[in-house]
Amino acid sequence: MADQQLPVSEITDMDTLLKGLWKENPVFVQVLGMCPVLAVSNSVVNCLVMGLATTFVLIMSSIFVSSFRKLIPKQVRIATYILIIATFVTVADYVIPAISLEVHKSLGAFIALIVVNCVILGRAEAFSSRNTLGKSVLDAVGMGIGFTFAILCLGVVREVLGNGTFAGIPLFGPDFEPWVVMILPGGAFFVLGGWLLLFNWLRERGAQKEKAKAS
Amino acid sequence: MSSESIGFIFVNAALINNFVLSAFLGICPFIGVSKKIDTATRMGMAVTFVMFVSSVCAYGIHQVLLIINAPYLQLISYIVVIASAVQLVEMFIKKFSPALFRALGIFLPLITTNCAILGLALFQTNRQYDFLQSLVYALGAGVGFTLAIVIMAGIREELELAELPDIVKGTAIVMVIAGILSLSFMGFAGLGG
Repeated sequence: MADQQLPVSEITDMDTLLKGLWKENPVFVQVLGMCPVLAVSNSVVNCLVMGLATTFVLIMSSIFVSSFRKLIPKQVRIATYILIIATFVTVADYVIPAISLEVHKSLGAFIALIVVNCVILGRAEAFSSRNTLGKSVLDAVGMGIGFTFAILCLGVVREVLGNGTFAGIPLFGPDFEPWVVMILPGGAFFVLGGWLLLFNWLRERGAQKEKAKAS
Repeated sequence: MSSESIGFIFVNAALINNFVLSAFLGICPFIGVSKKIDTATRMGMAVTFVMFVSSVCAYGIHQVLLIINAPYLQLISYIVVIASAVQLVEMFIKKFSPALFRALGIFLPLITTNCAILGLALFQTNRQYDFLQSLVYALGAGVGFTLAIVIMAGIREELELAELPDIVKGTAIVMVIAGILSLSFMGFAGLGG
């Protein structure tokens, strides 16, 4: 439906893919899916697994939602989307412990909680249900990468400062005094607040520059 | 069966491991609906109520799944049953208590896909709480959520009067405040044995 409304020439495939990374980053710009971002970002490995699992669910659910978009009745669409998402989250929930039991333990219930990650339902409703299969997959990949990028931004800061390590490798030698607050829940809020500030500042500066150019 | 005492479960869910500030569940409404104390209180009430309903449902489903031996259906059946139960309860309230419906109203359907609700259901299953323990856990989690969101709304109402630089406005300052709140809630650690 949206295909007809928007001229295809205006939005290229590359734009669809890249907008998730920066212009419409799900975490920093749309402020969606905060719970997993805050909760599992205490180590780089956790972040990577969480990001990949979310990307997987995003891609698979967008494939199904956009393939069946003409068959799903409007009234029950949200329930259908949730069922599709829950199916793939269950798959992820069983695959991850098969690969690494340790990571699954440290992520705990948060793998299962991908079901209620608003990024995924949001993309299903706002994009996949209105666009062709190819475009939806591109959008899902872009959003997934954007989400992984955002969660890694937090994870790197928190692990390096809070533990003195990067993905388990010590960085600063034995004399480093870890900033315990970064590993604590409070640290997650502070780091995310800090990143949001930085991005707001960058965007503000960009807008001002454009204004100066225009005048 | 878990052997934790009822009192400990309540204090633990409400204060020590507060759902919002230390388990990071239900962050979306925490940011979205915390602008006014009045709405925040109602939101808290609605969440507590939905938690109660879903806790009962989750307990029931878990027993059924144990009998038919199908743990892989857990996630799907939780979310579907909780969503429909909330819908039913919403219709029921609308019919029998319009005043209560107006107070909780629009929040009820939104809450269903809130991670705090599903998180609660999963946690109570993982920890193998029995029926009474589950109910107390849900109540504690609801009270904890209400406490956090009301405190946040109070701070944000005061914040309206303060002069903030443009880039701090919005989510960024809320995050920093939440961080400070979270640190202060750490002070409850060790409470209740």
